[in-house]
Amino acid sequence: MAEGIDTGPLTLSRSRPRYRERAVEVFLVTCAILSVGVTTAIVVSLVGPSIQFFREIPLGSFLTGTTWTGVPRDGYFTVLPLVTGTMLIVFWSLLVAVPVGLACAIYLSEYAPRRVRKVVKPALEILAGIPTVAIGLFALFFLHPFLSGLLPFLDWVPPFSVGVAGVAVGLMIVPIIASVADDAMRAVPSGLREGAYALGSSRMHVAVRIVFPAAISGVIAGIVLSVARAVGETMVVLMAAGLQPNLDFTFTESAQTMTSFIGLRATGDIPVGTIVYDTIFAVGTMLFLMTMALNLVAMRLVRRFREEYE
Amino acid sequence: MMTVSTDSGRTGLAVSGARAVTEEVLRGDGRGGGVKAMLFQSGLFAGLGFALLGLVTILVWAWIAGSPRLEMGLFTNVPDVIDPGQAGFRTALLGTLYAIGGVVLFIVPVGVGAAIYLEEYADQTRWRNRLIEVNIQNLAAVPSIVYGILGLAFIVRGPLSLGKVVAAGSLTLALLVLPTVIITAREALRAVPDTIRQGSLALGATRWQTVRRQVLSVASPGILTGVILAVSRAAGEAAPLLLVGAVTFTRFNPQLLDGGYSVLPVMIYNYAKRPQEEFQTLAAAGVIVMLIVLLTLNSFAIWLRNRHENRLV
Repeated sequence: MAEGIDTGPLTLSRSRPRYRERAVEVFLVTCAILSVGVTTAIVVSLVGPSIQFFREIPLGSFLTGTTWTGVPRDGYFTVLPLVTGTMLIVFWSLLVAVPVGLACAIYLSEYAPRRVRKVVKPALEILAGIPTVAIGLFALFFLHPFLSGLLPFLDWVPPFSVGVAGVAVGLMIVPIIASVADDAMRAVPSGLREGAYALGSSRMHVAVRIVFPAAISGVIAGIVLSVARAVGETMVVLMAAGLQPNLDFTFTESAQTMTSFIGLRATGDIPVGTIVYDTIFAVGTMLFLMTMALNLVAMRLVRRFREEYE
Repeated sequence: MMTVSTDSGRTGLAVSGARAVTEEVLRGDGRGGGVKAMLFQSGLFAGLGFALLGLVTILVWAWIAGSPRLEMGLFTNVPDVIDPGQAGFRTALLGTLYAIGGVVLFIVPVGVGAAIYLEEYADQTRWRNRLIEVNIQNLAAVPSIVYGILGLAFIVRGPLSLGKVVAAGSLTLALLVLPTVIITAREALRAVPDTIRQGSLALGATRWQTVRRQVLSVASPGILTGVILAVSRAAGEAAPLLLVGAVTFTRFNPQLLDGGYSVLPVMIYNYAKRPQEEFQTLAAAGVIVMLIVLLTLNSFAIWLRNRHENRLV
C-alpha cells in the first residue's frame, strides 16, 4: 500500500448505498405483486354484485331450478340449464379431443421420427393459436352443413347445434391434451422402455402398457386442463351452439352455456345495480370457481408426475 | 423414503409389463401381434390426421368462403349495416392496432419485470413467492370472459371508470395475457446458464447490471417469442371485449380515451350474426385478414424460438 494514503479500515460493506439497485428491485417486486392484485380484483369484482344477487335469489333455486326464465323474475333464477349446456359442450368436445389428442401424443412421443415431430408440433401450436372467432365461424357455416349432410338421419335444427359446437371446441383443445400428454410421456425414463424392449415387447406394448400407465397423471392433467378450457370457451359456443338453454342430452339441438349467457347478456348496456347486471356476476362466479377447481386439480397432477420422474 | 417407493413403483410397472409381454409371447401372438400393432398404429395416424385435417380445413374453408371479398375496400371501408358490398373493417382494424399497442406497452415492462423478480431476485422457498407463482398459474387458466367481467367492473366502471373506450379494452386484454408472458419469460430466463451470472458478478457487476447486460441479452429472443405469442392471442380474442364495449358498428376511427370502438374479431362476430349471405362472406374475409396477421406473428415466433434453441444447445 502506498505511503501517505489513508485507506481507512478495510471493510467488505458497500462504499455507498446503491439507490438505483433498490429502486429497480422495488419496481420488479411491484410487477410481481400486480399479478396477485389482478386475482384480488377479479374476486372483488365478482363478490360484490354476487352478494347483491343472492340477497334476492335463493341459492337453492339458483342451483337446482329447472324452469328457464332468461332473466331473474319474482325472486327466481336458475343456472342449471346453463350448467347442463356447459356439460354438453364438455362431453362432445372430449369425445373428439381425448382420442385424437392422445393419439397425437402417443405418436409424437413414441413413434414419430425427429423430422416429423419438428413439423407436427408447430402445426398443432398453430391450431392452438387460431382465434376462437374463426373456429366459431367455421363451425357455424361449414361444420354444421357438413355434419348434417353426413348424418341426415338426425333431427337437425339449423343453424345451431350444441354437438357441432362441441366438436369444434374439441378440435380446439386437441393441442392442449396432445402437448401436456406428450410432455408427460417423454418424461418417463427410457430405462423403463429399454427394459420392456429387452423382454421382447413391441412398440405398441411399450407405448400402451409401459409408457402410458407410467405417465397417467400427466395425461389426466392434460385432459383436466382441456376441460377447463372447454368450460371457459365463449365465442365458438356463442356462434354455433345457439341461444336456447337446454336441459336435455342432445347433439343436434341448441343450448346455452354459462359463458355464452354472460357474453349475450353483457353485450347490451345494462345499468349498474339492476338484478340483470348482478346475474352476469353470479354466473361468472360459478364459472370462475369451476375453472379454478379444475386448474388446481391439474396442477397437483402435473406436480405428481414431475416428482416421480424428474 | 420417496426414492424407495418410486423405485418399487417403477419395478412394479416393469415387472407387470414384462409379465404381460411374456404371456403374450407364450400364447403365440407375441411381439405385439402383427395385426393388432398395425391397427393401433393406423389408429394413431388417424388421430393425427384428424387434427391436421381439421387445421387445414379451417384455413382452406376461410380462404374459399372469404376470397370473393378480398379486396382493398376491406381495409379502407367503414362498417355498414345496410350494404354489405360497401362494408369494410377499417375502424375495427385500427381498433385492433390501438389495443395491441396498449397491450405491448403494458406487458413488456410489467410481465418481464415480474418474471425477472421471480427468477433472479425472489427466494423461491419463501411462501409469499410461491403464492405469487401458484397465483400466476391459476390466472393463466381463468376463462377469458371472466377477464371481461373484471374489465367491466374495474376498468370501464368502478375504480378506473374509463368508460367503454379502446384504452379499457386494451388494458383488459393486457391483464388477460399477462400470466402467459410471465410464464414464458421465466422459462427464457431459466434457460440462461448460471455461469454467465457468476462471471458477471465475479467481475464486480451489481445484481441489476448482471441482469440487464448479461442475462437479458441472452434471454431476449425467448422473451420476445413469449411477447409475440401473447400479442397474437390478444389480437384474436373477442369474448372479454364483448363486455368492455367493443360492440358498436362505429364508423369513426377510435380514439384512445373517447368514443366507441371495435376490434377485428368482434367485428367478424357482428357480421356473422347478420342473416344476409354477403355479410357471412365479409366475416370470412375478415377471418382471412386476421389469420394472415396472426400466422405471420406466430411463424416469426416459432422461427425465433428454433434459432434460439439451436444456439443454446
